[in-house]
Amino acid sequence: MVAENPGSLLSVTLRVWRQAGPGRAGRFAEYPAKDLDPNMSFLELLDVVNDGLTMRGEEPIAFAHDCREGICGTCSLVIDGKPHGPHRGVASCQTYLRSFANGAVITVEPFRAAAFPVIKDLVTDRSAFDRIQQAGGFITARAGSAPEANAAPIPKGDADLAMDAAQCIGCGACVAACKNASAMLFVAAKVSHLGLLPQGQAERDRRVLSMMAAADAAGFGGCTNQYECSAACPKLISHDFIARLNRDFIGASFRDAFRVEASAAGGGA
Amino acid sequence: MAQLDPKVPSGPLADKWRRHKTEIKLVNPANKRKYEVIVVGAGLAGASAAATLAELGYKVKSFVFHDSPRRAHSIAAQGGINAAKNYQNDGDSVYRLFYDTIKGGDYRSREANTHRLAEVSVNIIDQCVAQGVPFAREYGGLLANRSFGGAQVSRTFYARGQTGQQLLLGAYSALSRMVGAGAVELHTYSEMLDLVVVGGHAKGIIVRDLVSGQITRHAADAVILATGGYGNVFNLSTYARGSNATAIWRAYKRGACFANPCYTQIHPTCIPVSGEYQSKLTLMSESLRNDGRIWVPKKAEDRRKDPNSIPEDGRDYYLERMYPAFGNLCPRDIASRAAKRVCDEGRGVGPSGLGVYLDFSEAIQRLTEAGVRERYGNLFDIYHEITNENAYQVPMRIFPAVHYTMGGLWVDYNLMSNLPGLFVLGEANFSDHGANRLGASALMQGLADGYFVIPYTIGDYLAGQKPGSRPAPDAPEFRAAEAAVAAMTGRLLAGKGGEPVSHFYKRLGHLMWQYCGMARNRAGLETALREIPALREEFWRSVRVPGAADTLNQSLEQAGRVADFLELGELLCRDALAREESCGGHFREEHQYPDGECRRDDVNFAHVAAWEYQGEGRAPVRNIEPLNYEFVKMSVRNYK
Repeated sequence: MVAENPGSLLSVTLRVWRQAGPGRAGRFAEYPAKDLDPNMSFLELLDVVNDGLTMRGEEPIAFAHDCREGICGTCSLVIDGKPHGPHRGVASCQTYLRSFANGAVITVEPFRAAAFPVIKDLVTDRSAFDRIQQAGGFITARAGSAPEANAAPIPKGDADLAMDAAQCIGCGACVAACKNASAMLFVAAKVSHLGLLPQGQAERDRRVLSMMAAADAAGFGGCTNQYECSAACPKLISHDFIARLNRDFIGASFRDAFRVEASAAGGGA
Repeated sequence: MAQLDPKVPSGPLADKWRRHKTEIKLVNPANKRKYEVIVVGAGLAGASAAATLAELGYKVKSFVFHDSPRRAHSIAAQGGINAAKNYQNDGDSVYRLFYDTIKGGDYRSREANTHRLAEVSVNIIDQCVAQGVPFAREYGGLLANRSFGGAQVSRTFYARGQTGQQLLLGAYSALSRMVGAGAVELHTYSEMLDLVVVGGHAKGIIVRDLVSGQITRHAADAVILATGGYGNVFNLSTYARGSNATAIWRAYKRGACFANPCYTQIHPTCIPVSGEYQSKLTLMSESLRNDGRIWVPKKAEDRRKDPNSIPEDGRDYYLERMYPAFGNLCPRDIASRAAKRVCDEGRGVGPSGLGVYLDFSEAIQRLTEAGVRERYGNLFDIYHEITNENAYQVPMRIFPAVHYTMGGLWVDYNLMSNLPGLFVLGEANFSDHGANRLGASALMQGLADGYFVIPYTIGDYLAGQKPGSRPAPDAPEFRAAEAAVAAMTGRLLAGKGGEPVSHFYKRLGHLMWQYCGMARNRAGLETALREIPALREEFWRSVRVPGAADTLNQSLEQAGRVADFLELGELLCRDALAREESCGGHFREEHQYPDGECRRDDVNFAHVAAWEYQGEGRAPVRNIEPLNYEFVKMSVRNYK
């Protein structure tokens, strides 16, 4: 019961990546922090360090954060070389100081990938993910046109598997962990979520082809089956979904190559 | 005095919306593309509105302060979304959902709005399923339901403990589709810092690009605010750290009335505070109350004992004892106050004495540990991460925390504020939940407003605006508003005192929680009304905001939001003081029954209080919209 027994206070040194803006040279700066409650979250430690910097007249460390409960996908720290820090299945905001030894020197960096350029310090631009979604990460269903929800039963197993994939929080840890900076797990999660459901079939081929093309255009690398992505994923989304993505992509590519175009002028095929 | 015409259609309750839809004005398809609509915020309400209006053919500009629309805090809603589908054959109906919601709100919402919400709830589920939202299903493939507080039927649809996430990703995917199609112009990292009013109509906004610091002017034919609630005025809450009231507050200062600010929801099941450094509180979904049992020791001296060592007859399952008909599933305001009461009696558990147990041992016996894990596994994981405790073995410790605000900008039946052209959706408006919101109803309202209300009602306004008549963004009103924003930014950055923003924010939070939290009284509110202005003055005198205006500057963003909270907090206390009754989430100690329940005053307070800004240093005017109950009898809420 950690909350009942806070244990002894910790002191650590943060070694933080500071970079004034996009394309600027960065460097590591060290910030000691003393007498910390082990139940403090890692982001709260950054809050405390930043208040200290502010009072000394220095510029605080910019870092991305919002919900602080592991669901919005905003926080994005590489802590001691690991995206989202030492624990499996959590986001940076769910990392607590009790996971670090007293006296530790902790290195904090932004997610690094060509497609995620640094905006400032630990904040990166992940709009490439939005562009992949805009290319095809949806089922077209105009408001007002939907059929009755229970009209099409969906086997529980399919719905549950779709939900496993749908849990992706869009943080980009999969990209940061991959030596190729590949976004395959991210794309696989969306393609699998929608492709497993009957509603997603009409656009299934278009979706996978468009999303993969957008990922390539954004500068993400290819997959070489290292599985670092699912190890770093805060929702532990399985790399098995990448196999599903590959099957969808290959099938869709063939069908696309041999597709017969409808001809409005011809009055039918 | 502002004109507050609720524009509720006449006729029988169940026909009002259907008739209204056939009677309000339409914009023809060729004209729709001539109108530009600004949507600020992209949570459930904003994203669904932006996507749907773009589908209809309007030109939409969407603004979010996040790096992506997918980050909005709707994403964190856990438990579910209500809909009157009656799939369980347990007697549910549109009327029952309406009735539960209006009763749950302690008879302080508008009948017609609440009934419409219940009506469109069924369409929302259809829409979400069509988009691919992976709701929980039964083995036969049909949708599953569970129960939530304040209802005696199972009408809540859910996607594990991540319902808000899945609904938001559905709305975000619809929005992304329209962005990809070029029908929505998406502005991320863009914070609205002022509303521009031209000739009495809302016609644009002033925006700061949070990355470059550039301030820009955007004109439109109508402006929609869907920017969420203002619960972060308490500093510690279940809101995201970035959630703020700046958009609605600046609209208030431009003339939009702020209705019922004192209606704040304190959620009964959150993880207790552990230290002064704490930046946020985490909710444990209300759905846990389906199977968890809430208790404290009967005797105060047992409160530090290992809970598993306290025998059954030493435990007080106080909700089951006090409210046998609803038990652990009584509404949030009631469950929160009951927790406060047992803690005030010295029976609270945990190091601070501010906690109660939420115990799953009986559920584990009934369902097995695997069964409990399937229903709530991710919530038990969250609990474990934060507290390092295994709730399968020891009961969770929970305590109430600020979670939602029922108050917000005043809107009429069309969701338009008293400023023509300004529409307010979702938690940012005040309209559907009265003085207390039932669980699983926020998601319902956000999507109802965005998918199924605003697409109809905005046309009624736009049809009266000549296409192409919107002002140019270099009109004097735009330039003046931009200058005001730049001046405030400059004033914040000029502060070279010694204290960071967080110090003032924490002190404001303490004042709000102490004097305007779960229980309020005249003396406390008067104290808060003295101390908040003093704190505000100190903020402007001694705050230090480092960095520059022309770069990403999170200190500057936070300073502006806290400056607004320092004003809003005062209005909230003012409203709480003026409302001399107890209702829903607003509990005035002077107005209670001998058993501690809320004592409403329907003779003097069956109305909406809509505050109207009068300028700096002048007291706002309290306007009134009477609540005329034609169909439901206002009665004492009874969950016993």
